[in-house]
Amino acid sequence: MTINTSRRGFLKTAAAAGAVLLVGARTDGALAAASTETAQFNPFVKIDADGTVTAIVKHFEKGQGPATGLPTLIAEEIGLRMDQIEYEFAPSNPQVYNNLLFGPFQGTGGSTAMANSWLQYRQAGAAAREMLINAAAQSWGVDASGIVIEEGIVKAGDKSAPIAEFVAAASQMEPPAEPRLKEPSEFRLIGNDAVRRKDSPIKGNGQAKYAMDVHLPNQMVAMIKRPESRGGIATGFDDGASKAIKGYINAAVLPNKAGVAVYAENTWAAIQARDALEVEWDMSGAETRDSDQIKAEIMAALDAEPAYNVNKADAAAVSATIDGADKVVEKTFYFPLLAHAPMEPLNCTIEQTSDGSIVLHDGAQMPTGPHMAYQQIFQLPPEKIQIKTMLAGGSFGRRATPDADYQVEAALAFVVTDRSRPVKLVWTREDDIRSGYYRPAFGHKVRVGLNADGTIAGWQHQVAGQSIMKGTPFEAFSVHDGIDHSSVEGIGDSPYTIPDMAVGLTDTPKATSVLWWRSVGHTHTAYAMETMMDLVAEAAGRDPIEFRLAHLADSSDPDQARKAAVLKLAAEKAGWGNAPAGRSQGIAVHKSFGSYAAEVVEISGDPEIGIKIEKITCAVDCGIAVNPDVVRAQMEGGIGYGIGHAMRDQITLTGGAVDQSNFPDYEPLRIGDIAAIDVHIVPSAEAPTGVGEPGTPPSAPALANAINALSGVHVAEHPMVENGVSFV
Amino acid sequence: MALTLKLNGETHTVDAEPGTPLLWVIRDELKLTGTKFGCGVASCGACTVHLNGEPVRSCQTYIEDVEDAEITTIEAVGDDKIGAAVQQAWVELDVVQCGYCQSGQVMSAVGLLSENPKPSAQEIDDYMHGNACRCATYQRIRAGIQRASDILEG
Repeated sequence: MTINTSRRGFLKTAAAAGAVLLVGARTDGALAAASTETAQFNPFVKIDADGTVTAIVKHFEKGQGPATGLPTLIAEEIGLRMDQIEYEFAPSNPQVYNNLLFGPFQGTGGSTAMANSWLQYRQAGAAAREMLINAAAQSWGVDASGIVIEEGIVKAGDKSAPIAEFVAAASQMEPPAEPRLKEPSEFRLIGNDAVRRKDSPIKGNGQAKYAMDVHLPNQMVAMIKRPESRGGIATGFDDGASKAIKGYINAAVLPNKAGVAVYAENTWAAIQARDALEVEWDMSGAETRDSDQIKAEIMAALDAEPAYNVNKADAAAVSATIDGADKVVEKTFYFPLLAHAPMEPLNCTIEQTSDGSIVLHDGAQMPTGPHMAYQQIFQLPPEKIQIKTMLAGGSFGRRATPDADYQVEAALAFVVTDRSRPVKLVWTREDDIRSGYYRPAFGHKVRVGLNADGTIAGWQHQVAGQSIMKGTPFEAFSVHDGIDHSSVEGIGDSPYTIPDMAVGLTDTPKATSVLWWRSVGHTHTAYAMETMMDLVAEAAGRDPIEFRLAHLADSSDPDQARKAAVLKLAAEKAGWGNAPAGRSQGIAVHKSFGSYAAEVVEISGDPEIGIKIEKITCAVDCGIAVNPDVVRAQMEGGIGYGIGHAMRDQITLTGGAVDQSNFPDYEPLRIGDIAAIDVHIVPSAEAPTGVGEPGTPPSAPALANAINALSGVHVAEHPMVENGVSFV
Repeated sequence: MALTLKLNGETHTVDAEPGTPLLWVIRDELKLTGTKFGCGVASCGACTVHLNGEPVRSCQTYIEDVEDAEITTIEAVGDDKIGAAVQQAWVELDVVQCGYCQSGQVMSAVGLLSENPKPSAQEIDDYMHGNACRCATYQRIRAGIQRASDILEG
């Protein structure tokens, strides 16, 4: 992943009144006078006349930490304490606030927030610092090279003044083309464990505002009555019973007939009125299959010739190598559909302003999605659509639908009104669990041959499941020669030395709407890879860590070296091989989103009576850890997310209808499920890579390997509780 | 129908039908949005408030049953020393991630420390079982409660 920002210039603008210094990267790479270029201006840092510094955060905050991390970069480069910088979320503008890794598209995902902001935000902060210093140099008549900014104070010899004194003069200056970035030896905030989250206080005292907390004057609450199975069409409704509900306003079939919008004065009235509404459905085009049928299609595909030869290997030759090997280990895996179930049910609020503009209040993960969709729906130019990004109560991928599903649904519920009242679309937990966009079900069939010396001779790996990316605007990024890389990532591109490997892929027919889910393809590929590594090591009579290290032995290959390093660190910190009596350990290691994570799960108990997860030790290499405690928190959360779903969760369909509906039958991880998690960060001078997702992939296979080590039970299907394992 | 509620030390008159969950009166009528809607079936704890000092799930607590009770929400729980200690510990340890469940976590944690000033890890796990956190901040919640206990001990 290469981020080239070297051709980006900087520019600033000065507001006529109340001198404000704004600094940011230009999109066209050229410098221009701010006074004529404000429309193209792209600020990441804003300094008010009173010296208040604000980071404009282009990534939304769902808990993963950009509202702390991006201000940290700017505060570091200017020379501020963390309490001297505020943050606000950027408006929707895909040209200026784009994700550098997504093209002209503003959005958060793929664990990229820090990776693509690292240089951009530091350069913005460094440019602001140099302009403030140059202003001080002029004012004091001293050379700029003798001036520093520390804790918001500009200092030169015996002279010192707060930055506020130089904001007006700095705002009249030309920004530097290539501001000097601080050396790591100068860092005070980056990598500092004492830096706290900026959003902690408001999230512990109820003051944090999520989209669910929007209350616009005169707003209506809308809920959508949807068909039992996806694809049903509303043909009419009877709201006679709804009319008895106090606060019910009316109902309308959505323009796309995918459901009926119920409008009410408040949320409780909307819930009741929707329950009372009778809808006539045309179910002739609806999904009718059971999840057992979907599974059967996937399993059948694994036994057939794969549609795609992923790594262009000679599959017949690989197969022959395995046939001729000293030992062969073969296993078939199945992973069910999964819902994301973020804590805040999906919602957003739309209003039309007096000038005909549309304003969307949303915990917007990919603002460009609804921004583009709304131009079509409302027939408005982009500047007449504003998106106000709120804090988001989790996502795990769910808020980032390529078709902007819930924002479009809200727009459709709004356009059928007279638009005089804002409409707040609210989903219940039942809507969330039942409304699709699942982690697709996948199957893997893996055959590995071992040499007599206990090394891998050949590895044949078939994958079958529904493509996430095909048919979406992201197809061009992920799909090449028909192969959706997100279906097979983490297999053929694994850093292990595997001499003879063939990876095949078959897309199975569309079963339901599918979507990336925290760590995307790695959710299942890491499980197949890493539990196979244990089974093969066992067949070779080798220790799981020693076996892996033997296949990561090329220290000149940074990929192998970094993967080996996290493996060794996790093993050391976990006390590998020295578990207390009655306990067993399992390990897994996986590279995803540019980062390397190894996890050791230590368990006690028995699969039949109940297994207890006593301790999980994680080692992660994510390059420079900008906020180490945020990195640790993301590992803790990523592990919990992976473990919880592998233990207990699945979405199943009966006659096309989703069987689960709420937390009682889609049981979340609970506090007692994991007794302790201990995270260790590998010191690094490399640029930062992802942390939101890489903690998830190794967690479930490490648990499975611990269960196998304890009892000889290898769990090849999820959820574990449906496949021979119980937990206490 | 008009009902009188005693909430956060103040008396409010609200217009709500019997059977209305307290959650929606707090959020939609009184516009106190710190109390969260997560599941509606008392399975996640995001809507936890105190009724005479005891944590309850406000999504399954009906308005007609609370007329004589003292209701406390996240907005006022920090006025009490246990609430303040929990909130301080939450900031010290950066317990939160997305934060959406954390109002409920704090309300339950205050409930636990009110009846058990020095809970063991097992007692914390048992008491907090019903408060789900999809970000899985659980071990910081556990540590936060222990830290708040230490703060209160002085």
